[in-house]
Amino acid sequence: MKKIDGLEYLKLSKWNKFVYRFLSFFAAIPGKLLNLCKGIGKAVVKFFTGIGRSLQDIVTTFVHGDWKTKLSYLFMGFGNIARGQVLRGILFLLFEIVFIFYMITTGGYWLSKLPSLGTVETHTEMVKEQGRFGMVEVAKTVPGDDSFKILLYGVLTLFFVVAFIYTWRANIKQNKIAEQILKTGKPLKSGRDDLRSLVDDNFHRTLLALPLTGILVFTVMPIFFMILVAFTNYDFEHDGLNHLFHWNGLAGFKEMLSWNSGGVKYSAAFGEILTWTLIWAFFATFTNYFLGIFVAMMINKKGIKFKKLWRTVLVLTIAIPQFISLLFVSQMFAKNGIVNGALMDLGIISEAIDWWGSPTLARIMVIIINIWIGIPYLMLIATGILMNIPADLYESCRIDGASGWKQFSKITLPYMLFITGPYLLTSFTGNMNNFNVIYLLTGGGPTNTALSGTSDVGHTDLLITWLFKLTTGSNQKYYLASVVGILVFIVVAIITLVVYNVLPSVKNEEDFQ
Amino acid sequence: MSKEQKEAQAVMKQHMGLKASQRLSNTIVYIILIIMSIIWLVPFVAIVLQSFRNETNAAGELVTWRVSYWLPKKWGIENYRSLFVDTSFPRWYLNTFIIALVQCVVQTIIVLCMAYTLSRFRFKSRGKLMRFMMILGLFPGMLTMLILYRVLSDLNMTGEHAVPGLILVYVASSGMGYYVSKGFFDTIPKALDEAARVDGATRFQVLYKIILPLAKPIVIYTILTAFMAPWGDFVFAAYIAHAKEAGMNVAVGLNSWLDKDHIVKYYTRFCAGGVMVAVPVSILFMCLQKYYVEGVTGGAVKG
Repeated sequence: MKKIDGLEYLKLSKWNKFVYRFLSFFAAIPGKLLNLCKGIGKAVVKFFTGIGRSLQDIVTTFVHGDWKTKLSYLFMGFGNIARGQVLRGILFLLFEIVFIFYMITTGGYWLSKLPSLGTVETHTEMVKEQGRFGMVEVAKTVPGDDSFKILLYGVLTLFFVVAFIYTWRANIKQNKIAEQILKTGKPLKSGRDDLRSLVDDNFHRTLLALPLTGILVFTVMPIFFMILVAFTNYDFEHDGLNHLFHWNGLAGFKEMLSWNSGGVKYSAAFGEILTWTLIWAFFATFTNYFLGIFVAMMINKKGIKFKKLWRTVLVLTIAIPQFISLLFVSQMFAKNGIVNGALMDLGIISEAIDWWGSPTLARIMVIIINIWIGIPYLMLIATGILMNIPADLYESCRIDGASGWKQFSKITLPYMLFITGPYLLTSFTGNMNNFNVIYLLTGGGPTNTALSGTSDVGHTDLLITWLFKLTTGSNQKYYLASVVGILVFIVVAIITLVVYNVLPSVKNEEDFQ
Repeated sequence: MSKEQKEAQAVMKQHMGLKASQRLSNTIVYIILIIMSIIWLVPFVAIVLQSFRNETNAAGELVTWRVSYWLPKKWGIENYRSLFVDTSFPRWYLNTFIIALVQCVVQTIIVLCMAYTLSRFRFKSRGKLMRFMMILGLFPGMLTMLILYRVLSDLNMTGEHAVPGLILVYVASSGMGYYVSKGFFDTIPKALDEAARVDGATRFQVLYKIILPLAKPIVIYTILTAFMAPWGDFVFAAYIAHAKEAGMNVAVGLNSWLDKDHIVKYYTRFCAGGVMVAVPVSILFMCLQKYYVEGVTGGAVKG
């Protein structure tokens, strides 16, 4: 498409302006994607050159270093101790001893098993035993390898190895720096200095140590582990303990994404659920958003009394734990629930409506009930932002004779969109993974009979609830659940990246401080 | 009538017209707000009504199942009595309360540490760390449930002993939720820190004596949300408790009463249990509402 300059743009009619903006947005996408790829490529190159430079540095430090430094290559922390930094040295040395001890006793075993995920299956063996009447053959269950444990502890050991290499590198760096400092004739930091810096210059390390350890152990490692599971055949049958599971390459992804895999149609299920997930996320986000702003504006309107009362009533849905309200609402709309009862008593309907029975109705219902849940949050957020809009903007608008709608579309909405851009994005991705609303309201139902055999996929199932069903249903397919998880990540990441690249608002956090 | 008078009248008329139209629009707004309030309150009124149902049917059985009429034919607190005497509900309540209490202390500390550090310090790997955490956040957390269950069961923290396991996992992953507080810390001027630093305060003193007092709203917000989250957590708690009643929290326990086999016997008690959970939590929330609103509008949006 042709690029036009500012003056020509202004000459266009309103409709053409819109078309131009619309088209140029899409025209820019390939370029942005290209930039993204370039960025990723650059990061990879940077990573490897970093490693190369590190290796080079390790070698040169060894060549030019004194004997203390050279010995530190073998005994971590030796240089520190020899130069008087006893505390640091002992910590390094201790880490090395623990690492070596661990690797010899258990770590080595897990690492060696990791490539095969176990070779000995649990089986029964005939064992000769001393019976009452001499030797007899008895069948005995011999426990074999546990693939799950091998994978788990293998991953743990891998993390430990990486940590060791990193520490070893740090140890060498320290020696180099210490040598340089001593050359200039300055004293090194003592152990006491180190400790004091933990509440001062290095205070951030103290503060982050605990939270980051928790995240590493209970978030990073499990995610890493589960990504690996996607490349195995870990399922109900191959549970690792009774039957080993093995590395299975990309077979899981193939099963999930190829359209002609016979038997169970996981790919069809995936396509359908992904579509509904995106539709759901779109409606759930934007209905809440606009209705929330609308409600906030109504409550804040001049001349409306009892503002606090209205707000409190709405906020009640935030205050009450969601599982109660969602479960109860789901019961209210049951076929013989009180909503149908009330409607029939009032004579509005003659026959009970099966709210959760038909696919379309159930889908509309979850979106409507999600509005009921979501408006209060948006109302609170919008109230806060609306109050921040300078009043003189509206004043001058009114003097110029702008109507209420004009004021809304030219001031309120752009301002809101600008401020809440990032929020909209996170709430969109949050809605894609909104387990609670779907699971507690419909449990994913009504069941999609066209997709039978795929862990009871229902018409309101999101990817996330399907993932749950794949891990907890009767025929667990852990590797497929893991594949779904990775695909969810990819979808969410793409949306995030695209939106972040076109979003006008806050990119530079320093602007705010 | 003189010309001026006529003009004045015209202006008056216009003014009156404006007033009238405003009155009309206000009336419409009132009507909408009233209808909305009713819709928002109906489920809560209904659950309270159901929980006081104390009637027997023609066969002389206590009606404990779902019925399609609103008002109880006979009122009573039988459901509440039986909830506390005949079921595991008190245990679930206690479990959840313990988790919530520990959470609101430990999680608050962890979240504030993270948020403060990432807002105030400019260390080398800060940008990378934040980006990494953002990417981590894009992974569906449910994926990790499976392995966490296995790890916890190795530590004997599942089933009946699910409470410490749940606490451990909640606490360990609570650092991920630092965005809101960080957004708030970002709004406190950095000049304050710098002034204190110039006067010789250590970083720790800056945090303790200057930032924390200013950050009171967000501290309370964090405590409040940390306390409320365990009452609603369902998926993970259900997975870890593994159908063992002693290890459930209220959400898992009450939900288990709604499956096909239990709902006939437990529906009214489910309602009573829901009320028992909702009342204290919502009262607490209402009391601290001000801080919640400040947190949501201050930190959450900017993130």
